Amino acid sequence: MDKAAIVGVAQTRYERRKKDQIFADMVFDVTRAALDDAGLTINDIDSVVTCSNDFYDGRTISGMAVGDAAGGMDKNISTVSGDGTFGAFYGLMRVLSGYKATIVVAHYKGSEGDVKITTNGMFDPIFHRFLGIEAISAAALQANAYMNLYGLTEEQFAEVSVKNHGNALNNPYAQLAMKITVADVMNSKKIADPLKLFDCCPISDGAAAIIIAGEEIAARSKKKPVWIKGVAHCCESYLLGDRDLAKPVALSEAARKAYAMAGIKNPLREIDVAEILEAFSYMEPLWLEGLGFCKPGEGATLIGKGVTGMGGRLPVNPSGGALSANPILVAGLARLIEATLQVRGEAGARQVDKVNTALAQGFNGPCGQSHCVWIIGGKK
Amino acid sequence: MSADNQKPERLEATFAFPMLYEWSIGLYGSRFFQEIMNNKRFIGIKCPGCGKIYVPPRRVCGPCFKELTELVPLSDTGVLTAFSVVNYPFIDPNTGSRRPIPYTYGYIQLDGADNIFSHIINETDLSRIKVGMKVRAVFKDRAEMKGNIEDIKYFELIR
Amino acid sequence: MGRKVAVVGTGQTYHRSHRPDVTSREMIREAVTSALADADLKIKDIDAVVIGNMDHFESINYVDTYSIEGSGAFMKPIMKVSTGGTTGATVAIAAYYHAASGLFDRVLAVGFEKNSESDTTGAIITCSDPIWDRFSYSGAIPSLATEATAYMEQYGATQEDAALVGERDRNHALNNPYAHLQRPLTVKDIMASPMLAYPIKLGDICPRSDGACAMILAADGIAQKTASRPAWFKAVSVRHTYTWFGDSTDYNKGLVSMQQASQEAYARAGIRSPVDELDVAELYLPYTWAGLKWIEDLGLCGRGEAARFVGDKNTHMGGKLPINPSGGVISTNCIGATAMLRVAEAAIQVMGKGGKRQVPEAKNALATGFGGCFWTDVVILSSERP
Repeated sequence: MDKAAIVGVAQTRYERRKKDQIFADMVFDVTRAALDDAGLTINDIDSVVTCSNDFYDGRTISGMAVGDAAGGMDKNISTVSGDGTFGAFYGLMRVLSGYKATIVVAHYKGSEGDVKITTNGMFDPIFHRFLGIEAISAAALQANAYMNLYGLTEEQFAEVSVKNHGNALNNPYAQLAMKITVADVMNSKKIADPLKLFDCCPISDGAAAIIIAGEEIAARSKKKPVWIKGVAHCCESYLLGDRDLAKPVALSEAARKAYAMAGIKNPLREIDVAEILEAFSYMEPLWLEGLGFCKPGEGATLIGKGVTGMGGRLPVNPSGGALSANPILVAGLARLIEATLQVRGEAGARQVDKVNTALAQGFNGPCGQSHCVWIIGGKK
Repeated sequence: MSADNQKPERLEATFAFPMLYEWSIGLYGSRFFQEIMNNKRFIGIKCPGCGKIYVPPRRVCGPCFKELTELVPLSDTGVLTAFSVVNYPFIDPNTGSRRPIPYTYGYIQLDGADNIFSHIINETDLSRIKVGMKVRAVFKDRAEMKGNIEDIKYFELIR
Repeated sequence: MGRKVAVVGTGQTYHRSHRPDVTSREMIREAVTSALADADLKIKDIDAVVIGNMDHFESINYVDTYSIEGSGAFMKPIMKVSTGGTTGATVAIAAYYHAASGLFDRVLAVGFEKNSESDTTGAIITCSDPIWDRFSYSGAIPSLATEATAYMEQYGATQEDAALVGERDRNHALNNPYAHLQRPLTVKDIMASPMLAYPIKLGDICPRSDGACAMILAADGIAQKTASRPAWFKAVSVRHTYTWFGDSTDYNKGLVSMQQASQEAYARAGIRSPVDELDVAELYLPYTWAGLKWIEDLGLCGRGEAARFVGDKNTHMGGKLPINPSGGVISTNCIGATAMLRVAEAAIQVMGKGGKRQVPEAKNALATGFGGCFWTDVVILSSERP
């Protein structure tokens, strides 16, 4: 790899309800901010990828709402219906195919639709949708299967919530920055056993933008380019009953490919910081296993030992992660942006010391059916 | 079990539940509807780059990629640039039931605006309506207005 | 620059108004299986999958993850792209970039729709802005009707001129075993059909169909080994220029997105005189007037000349530039697959696999997608490696 770099990033503050802004307003803000960050103008951009979802937006062809705001006029533009990490992947492919610079934007307003109804739409319309299953209850199933397989406890998951909400205190973009204890998590309202309120991401509004460019633009961008070392995505079976929910096989395969591209053999030693999409507390240890940072079943132990804390060997989600703000679709792009800021050394109070290589991850579909893994670094 | 897969009737599952949304209207959209409620007047927004005046008002000019801030008053009259008398039945996603037909969908160039505003024209007789005719907005009574597109009842032809 | 890429296989379902015998997933599988057979590949040979449709037509969120059993993307990368009517071409173009980028060697593209599963117009209406347009908007037909009215005003074209486009495409469909509507329709039939929204009559517009289309693309070096006559991508270009319906209606300018996208594509493909250098065109013409107005925007004839150009049978089979040998959108319209069918049919022509609908010695083919807010996708395929 090393042929394309992230040269500009921007995100909105994430909030429960951005009533004053329509989708286009949020996207216009982050598009201009990403251009400013890169020291580029819209004329330097020759390709645009927007990320949106018709269910969440309540609009067929949801990308239509933000074309102007993303600077898509008279440019080659397309819309990825999925997480921003996938949109960025398309942006990268366009740059590798010859475009000079692609801007990738994602927007989401959880405040405007009913996320239980819209995520119920992820499930099989014949066999499962009538059961009322949606993102949270499916996640609860996964958490339960995971606990059962390895004998994990709710308290172990609660530690993730404590860590990430605490990290969010250092992130001005986060929605839920809180100093809480394991007991607070354990005592929070039951949502879907074993998940309690503080095990779950909030409903969020927000947008993010990223500019991926080839070497020519990277050489003259204002900020230090952050090079794309490896990236891959992978999808497993659809029906939850066809999957072993305690084993994120698609994530493992995506990670294996991304590491191979980046030449990473020992991820725990070679990666300095990880931003991963843990919409629910249990996802962080489970994804750490999928990413090969530890053996299957040992994710919670890794967290318990403090390895993933700010002072640990592998800080995970210094931003506070998706538990602290989860604008769906934007959430994965936010992980990639946070990883970029870490590599640049621009993460402010949440900066991890000496970051050369960072990992970002996002996913689509219930219980992480389709994962995308990015490895980025400061040196070519 | 019979091995014959050809004979059974094919069943269908029905999904007929409403999906609820609460969309923001944004600053300039809100100003637009407030202006209609308060003064029965249209407003557009002017691009500082190309000078185009857009209605409904929005924050960005696509071709110039510039921020728009200058609201300008527009007339409640305009010219019909295209229309269609809709005759086919369909489910209105706004209500979940059939939209009454026939009705006339029109593209209106409001006097003072450079783009097109779309709304309903209260004329379904093809012999009485033509592209190029002048039209005027007819508003609901103030008490009935809700700050949405239906505060404009329709556009009527000025004969 | 990216790698050169070619289409090495295509597959499609036999399109019908209603496929109660299969779910969307099963219908997708039919097209995928057929594309793999056409390319003589197995699903294990596929490195990545791109899929698209319009969510609210089947009310399935995340069709990428839903489709796995049909699309064959189990433990593979799959990405969903969705851009309204242009979706099928958008998916094919995304698949092109997958291979051109160097990251994937063989890429499967899938477009599908089961229009029978919802109220098509009701679903289309949800593409209009919920604050401003949804109250008065009534689907694709009136916006096209307004365009047709303006075109007739400007150039004096008649309803009969447009109906000839419908007669042509519906006749061409008789050569295509996959086409949905296989009953010939004459200008007289179209003129006598019920008026839906002046001047569009039932015979002027596309049907709603159930169906799926799949294509397999391969990168340079692999494409030649996979297909004896691959259909090389010479150019792709996309213009989704408008966000607001009301910004897209300067009819005197024509269909701006189609002018821009086709001009960029011709330039990229080194085409100076499209009507002379192209051998066949598969165009997304959802209604008959598009077969007049839009071929002017594509530069296939001069402004206001389309009625005569089509009337002289230049675009019929055997003419100077046959348009829609497949029968086009007026004969088959499974929306998420419709624009991909244009690209696939163009590939079929270039690969010489058109059977009864084959244009003899077709070397260069043009395909378009249309949809969204008067948006255009353009693909140019060629038997010559660029």
